[in-house]
Amino acid sequence: MSAHTAFARQPAGTAVENCSPAFDVENVRADFPILHTMIHGHPLVYLDNAATSQKPNAVIQAMVDYYQHDNANIHRGVHSLSQAATEAYEAARTTVQRFLHAVSTNEIVFVRGATEAINLVAQTYGRQHLAQGDEVLITAMEHHSNIVPWQILCEEKGATLRVAPIDDRGELLLDEFAKFLNPRTKFVSVAHVSNALGSINPVKQIVRMAHSSNIPVLVDGAQALPHLPIDVRDIGCDFYVFSGHKVYGPTGIGVLYGKAALLKEMPPYQGGGEMISSVTFEKTTYNKVPHKFEAGTPDIAGVIGLGAAITYIDSLGIGAIGAHEHELLTHATQILAQIPGLKVIGTAREKASLVSFVMDGIHPHDIGTILDQEGIAVRTGHHCAQPVMDRFGIPATVRASFGLYNTKEEIDALARCIEKVKGILS
Amino acid sequence: MSELRDLYQEVILEHAKSPRNYRVLAAPDYKAEGFNPLCGDRCTVYLSMNGDIIQDIGFQGSGCAISRASASMMTQSLKGKTAEEAKGLFQTFHGIVTGENAANGHHPEIGKLEVFAGVAGFPARVKCATLAWHTMQAALHGEREPVTTE
Repeated sequence: MSAHTAFARQPAGTAVENCSPAFDVENVRADFPILHTMIHGHPLVYLDNAATSQKPNAVIQAMVDYYQHDNANIHRGVHSLSQAATEAYEAARTTVQRFLHAVSTNEIVFVRGATEAINLVAQTYGRQHLAQGDEVLITAMEHHSNIVPWQILCEEKGATLRVAPIDDRGELLLDEFAKFLNPRTKFVSVAHVSNALGSINPVKQIVRMAHSSNIPVLVDGAQALPHLPIDVRDIGCDFYVFSGHKVYGPTGIGVLYGKAALLKEMPPYQGGGEMISSVTFEKTTYNKVPHKFEAGTPDIAGVIGLGAAITYIDSLGIGAIGAHEHELLTHATQILAQIPGLKVIGTAREKASLVSFVMDGIHPHDIGTILDQEGIAVRTGHHCAQPVMDRFGIPATVRASFGLYNTKEEIDALARCIEKVKGILS
Repeated sequence: MSELRDLYQEVILEHAKSPRNYRVLAAPDYKAEGFNPLCGDRCTVYLSMNGDIIQDIGFQGSGCAISRASASMMTQSLKGKTAEEAKGLFQTFHGIVTGENAANGHHPEIGKLEVFAGVAGFPARVKCATLAWHTMQAALHGEREPVTTE
């Protein structure tokens, strides 16, 4: 057993970043069965982590164990299995609460993913508080999931969606952002990390600026959680959302963190079982938070898998993961910059571990197909961020995004294969 | 690598670099826009008719090597064809790039477009090869809304 899996046996939330064992990427890779896959006769080089990450044995096994030993519906039955399932489900909520440094488990709502979390806030808090003529402020680097829910809300309310600009490096222009804050601004929603560019936004500063005008802030942490330590109290945001599958957990599960006082005041999102205290045909009273927002039988196995994923990350230490990934980013930036005709899109000074790039005269799709023939998985296209592509005047990029199990050798393979692309297409 | 060579044949790369009929027609009888939402590729096809015959055809847009070459070679194949022949050729072409027509033997009408048979080994790229064709068909049908490959 490797050092970190032994460490993972400790109770969730007890890992302290500084006490993490030395980060050993080969040990880590052994935890991910899919990394042994061959693609077109080549070992898989998985560089599409910003789309979804691979899953460690700890996550896969936790979900199998649940279905094999504990499967039952939660919060209802008096029988033993229901008790066990409920305990496992709520233990995962505690794991998430500690990882985000939230005050209470009441502030952790399980949803399908970051997208659903943003829609939930738009359709509950947003619907309750926005009126005609109001404004919602986002940035020019948002994923479609942090644009469209606000467009739907603004259309319904006769409100306006405002967009704070970014510069040529892909950094938010904070001075410009400040100018957009005005008495009509009723909500701010920003990415913590840009999925297309990698830029890390100064979310603490953004929250301080918005809060000085009493404007609540949602931070979309889908691309941040796998890379950065998150402390929602330190950031000060009112809502923080993320998806489980980008943080080595299963698909179909995610988290909405909301300050308890706000969640309590918000109307329910969906009606159904679990979200109620009592129902008559005349009147229904709603359950307490977070259950008020968890209508219907949830993805119990998904929640348990997500808990296992966060425990796994915690065992490695998010600080150690971040340091390893920063080395990968530095290496990739240096080595790709040496390729003639290659231009990196997104050169923010504070960046998470992904490199988006274009090449002279070669379309990203053709690059993606040729890389795939060598077993290298990258994302090509607009990355669900068409306004970002428009901002840089390009239809698409190639995006190589790195996770905790990637190596410098894999990045070298990427660079070698890009040279090959030029040989085939030029 | 041999599969890659099947996909990126010399003829295809040459057309991708120097697409034919890459121009706007001044007064087209038909015009349509196509869009591949997966990769962001765009294509506009212009058609001038003489009765039922395609007298002139042009296209513009941005896309990968496969979609540019496909649009370029499509314009070459369709000049002088009737609208019905154009639609029929799309059917045959579609069968070839999806691999469905491979077992049916020879399709003499496909001519030079045979070079796109390699696309069948890359299902993710079928939409690249057919974007211009979908757009052409929409133009002949007089559709005003941009068509998508979805």
